[in-house]
Amino acid sequence: MNGPLSETILTEAAVVVDGLTVRRGKATVFSNLSLSIPRGEITGVLGPSGGGKTTLLRAIVGVQRIQGGTVTVLGERAGSATIRHRVGYATQEASVYRDLTVEQNLRYFARVLGVSADEVNRVIDLVDLRAQTHQGVESLSGGQRSRVSLAIAMLGNPSVLVLDEPTVGLDPVLRADLWDLFRSLAANGTTLIISSHVMDEAMRCDRLLLVREGEIIADTTPDALLADTGQDNPEAAFLTLIRREEA
Amino acid sequence: MTITRTLATADRVLRQLARDHRSILLLLVMPSALIGLFAWIAVDQPTLFQAFGPPVLVLFPFILMFVVTSVTTLRERRTGTLERLMTTPLGKGDFIAGYGIAFGLMACLQAIITVTFAVWVCGLKVAGPVWWLGIVAVVDALLGTALGLLASAFARTEFQAAQLMPAITFPQILLGGFFMSRDNMPPLLSAISDWLPLSHAVDAVKAVARGDDWSDVARRLIIVCAYVVLAIVLASFTLRRQTE
Repeated sequence: MNGPLSETILTEAAVVVDGLTVRRGKATVFSNLSLSIPRGEITGVLGPSGGGKTTLLRAIVGVQRIQGGTVTVLGERAGSATIRHRVGYATQEASVYRDLTVEQNLRYFARVLGVSADEVNRVIDLVDLRAQTHQGVESLSGGQRSRVSLAIAMLGNPSVLVLDEPTVGLDPVLRADLWDLFRSLAANGTTLIISSHVMDEAMRCDRLLLVREGEIIADTTPDALLADTGQDNPEAAFLTLIRREEA
Repeated sequence: MTITRTLATADRVLRQLARDHRSILLLLVMPSALIGLFAWIAVDQPTLFQAFGPPVLVLFPFILMFVVTSVTTLRERRTGTLERLMTTPLGKGDFIAGYGIAFGLMACLQAIITVTFAVWVCGLKVAGPVWWLGIVAVVDALLGTALGLLASAFARTEFQAAQLMPAITFPQILLGGFFMSRDNMPPLLSAISDWLPLSHAVDAVKAVARGDDWSDVARRLIIVCAYVVLAIVLASFTLRRQTE
């Protein structure tokens, strides 16, 4: 996908990464990476820790310093002022104010985003934290805390939702609930970009980007991944791909 | 930069402070407690308290505001909330000004409490009007806040922020004329001290204590205010939307 990109890809894709090079210190994370992420679908960014998943997501939300290439989101340069209110982002560690209540956190971000106070109530219900509304974030469990972080990302119903490992540490029931939520958001046209190191979650995505050591080793769909590798589960399929790469 | 986002940030910082009783005590009660302690130490040497009381009155608020501001801002950089804010429409100026307003309000409260305590409880006397003393204390606390905001950019951990406190404040205390007149220092040190913001704050409070003309006090305060603005502007330049 190197070289000039057609106008169609730029306007129709939610995210277009072209020739991205990122170095952190002396280590090169990405070298001339290119990919595109379609609108209105759930794209899973999967792979082992340290492979570059978080760096890719940070580049998409525009907080990663890059050494080369371009990242285009909704037709604009990643992180530009014109699209910041249309891109929601939740980091892996719940980035919330621990010394405030759930509601105070959401109120603050709602005011920063310029969305109405009703939005606060809407997202609290979406992540099922109604009972904890007035509780200090400090006293919440890790899973509840990351749901506060997720709720903040969903304020104002952004067109693109970038979530870094949103289901880590959640019990299976809650995890299933969240994936149902993600599915319904996608059905309403939201583009979701979700990273995970749990390969089982791959099957819940529309598209998969398998990232390992700074390379996209597969840009595929769950069914195509299984068919291509002849495996019946994503974990084994991923291993097959890695062996194939190394061979 | 927008007013609503700046005020939302100031409001949020104040709510965080309101839940942090230690910081509230440190900012609002500690300066008075220290002044009271000093007055007690010098109870048999009233001239000592009258001579050093005014400079000390501006010193404690300066140091305490520096510590609380730098650590609070650093915490925001460390916990990922700053990175999250940088993906929102919040301007860098909104962020810095929000902190400035919140801690500026705390500085005002602190000055009122501390000056009231020093004058009416400890019997500190100044030749100039007492409310000037209050103004000097506020400006000085603002200086602590502004330098704290700036310093937090040069620390990666809370411990490093704590290390910056002595590195930045102690030389200013020695060179600022707390213990001796700045004119009696070796020429090189006297010249350096002319460039340190705290020196002018000490000059201002000494001018109030001596009962100098208001224009002398104002001139020195304007210099300190210029440093406050400079530090705040520099602090907003150190905020980066993109980090490594």
